[in-house]
Amino acid sequence: MSVLVYAEAHGGAFNKKAFEVVTYARKTADILGTECIAATVNSDNPEKLGVYGAHKVVQLQSGALEKFDAGTYTKALDQAAEKLGADTVILQHSSDGKSLIGRLAARWGCGSVSAVNQLPTYEGGFKVEKPVFSGKAFATYSISSDRRVLSLVGNSLPPEEMGDEQVDVEKFDLDIEAPKVKVVKVDKVKGEIPLPEAELVVSAGRGMKGPENWGIIEELADTLGATTACSRPVSDSDWRPHHEHVGQTGIAIRPNLYIAIGISGAIQHLAGVNNSDTIVVINKDPEAPFFKSADYGVVADLFDVVPRLTEAIKKFKAS
Amino acid sequence: MNILVCVSKTPETTAKISFTDDNTQFNTEGVNYIMNPYDEWYALVRAVELKEQFGGEVTLLNVGPAANDAIIRKGLAIGADKAVRVDAEPGSAYETAKHIANYAKDQDFDGVFFGKETIDYNGSEVGGMVAELMDLPFISYASKLEMDSTDEATITRDIEGGVEVLEVAPPFCLSAAKGLAEQKIPNMRGIMMAKRKPLEVVEAEEVNQPAEVVGFRLPEEKGKVTLIDPENMEELVRLLHEEAKVI
Repeated sequence: MSVLVYAEAHGGAFNKKAFEVVTYARKTADILGTECIAATVNSDNPEKLGVYGAHKVVQLQSGALEKFDAGTYTKALDQAAEKLGADTVILQHSSDGKSLIGRLAARWGCGSVSAVNQLPTYEGGFKVEKPVFSGKAFATYSISSDRRVLSLVGNSLPPEEMGDEQVDVEKFDLDIEAPKVKVVKVDKVKGEIPLPEAELVVSAGRGMKGPENWGIIEELADTLGATTACSRPVSDSDWRPHHEHVGQTGIAIRPNLYIAIGISGAIQHLAGVNNSDTIVVINKDPEAPFFKSADYGVVADLFDVVPRLTEAIKKFKAS
Repeated sequence: MNILVCVSKTPETTAKISFTDDNTQFNTEGVNYIMNPYDEWYALVRAVELKEQFGGEVTLLNVGPAANDAIIRKGLAIGADKAVRVDAEPGSAYETAKHIANYAKDQDFDGVFFGKETIDYNGSEVGGMVAELMDLPFISYASKLEMDSTDEATITRDIEGGVEVLEVAPPFCLSAAKGLAEQKIPNMRGIMMAKRKPLEVVEAEEVNQPAEVVGFRLPEEKGKVTLIDPENMEELVRLLHEEAKVI
């Protein structure tokens, strides 16, 4: 029995989330007292996964795996797990991972827990915790089936260099029928780090008064190397594109730094961001509920203080 | 176009979250329930639009106890033609998915729609499970769905930092994200008609339970906020660098 972790390669390359999930899987394998095998598809440098803890790497190959499809990739992971005798599969909680976890668990009729952010425990059964109620609480799940599938939320633990590139890479040629879904095209926003992957986020709300005032937010984000986000009223009013909307009905994020500017901090907004490492709140209303969830607060007019924060960061970066 | 829309009941977004029985049960006292927003606003509304475009029927399905009927009636008021409630109190995503698949497998649906996740357990699992159990394609986080005929759908799926455009022939499963449709408030006529629409209660088959919640906890309280002098942003930068170590 072993742990099989699926590390996603995009455009042939891994990003930090792939290394995080391999480190998580290795630590899980250590807890279970077993081996950690990393599976990947279309990767240019699969041996890299050895650095982050994989004891062995398998490159899954089939014409049907050229582009992602939940159905074909589920079959590929199923076949790989079968071949390797893996009973625990760990995925990234990404758009692809979210499409796979349910399929694979149902294929096996086994227990699954999505969006975990803690290592499991293995004393008197397999247990693992995950955030629920949009981050307002945590639930511990117990999995009683022999097999199990987990997906790991990004930024839950840092990738650790636990091994090296001198790891066995084996190619698995799989026999899988072509996907029923055809990928016509992929459009990515150029140049910007996608919100779910951003470590630094500058977010603004209704306090901005209108879309024409976003220049100071963009300048602060550019200076920091941060990604911009917004609250729901802002995206609902089309001041900002809806992919920037963070909160309970938008996307949930957990960056290292979340700077909230002119956002009062309604419970639905907090639900999407309160797992951030450090929260800075800038608001002229000292009673804004967001201050209760903040690490650092600045009670001031944002139009006055944001440009000065940008200047202070420029000075810091230059020093 | 016959579409099955699976909807879940969730605590409303402002509900206070607490637990009872030694932190093993969600405290339902004083909690108002709603239809899960992604199921209602996007999956159901888009399904009703497709029915209006091509004809056919929208069936609403919920797995839950009789107390869920109010939410089911709301779905009928929005435009579903009939409803099915599988009478069970599921303890896991897998159990919910099995009940849905057991019902749907003998029917002839062109599409099975879900919300992208529920706002209570945030699992994103049931849609994929049903797709696997029914051996159908699954497109998650669909933010756009266009059909010129009932033979093929063009679906836009949200991915990290962008979108993917896909083509698929029915039948298929999808999970709905923001953008798929515009939230629709039921009108008086819809509410009146909903009372006369059929709601079938189906007995649940026995399903095994491979995973279950054994305990809850609330997040640790944040320490008191450190207020920074607005005139001294250098101090904030210093704290972010030296204390929080995030820049």
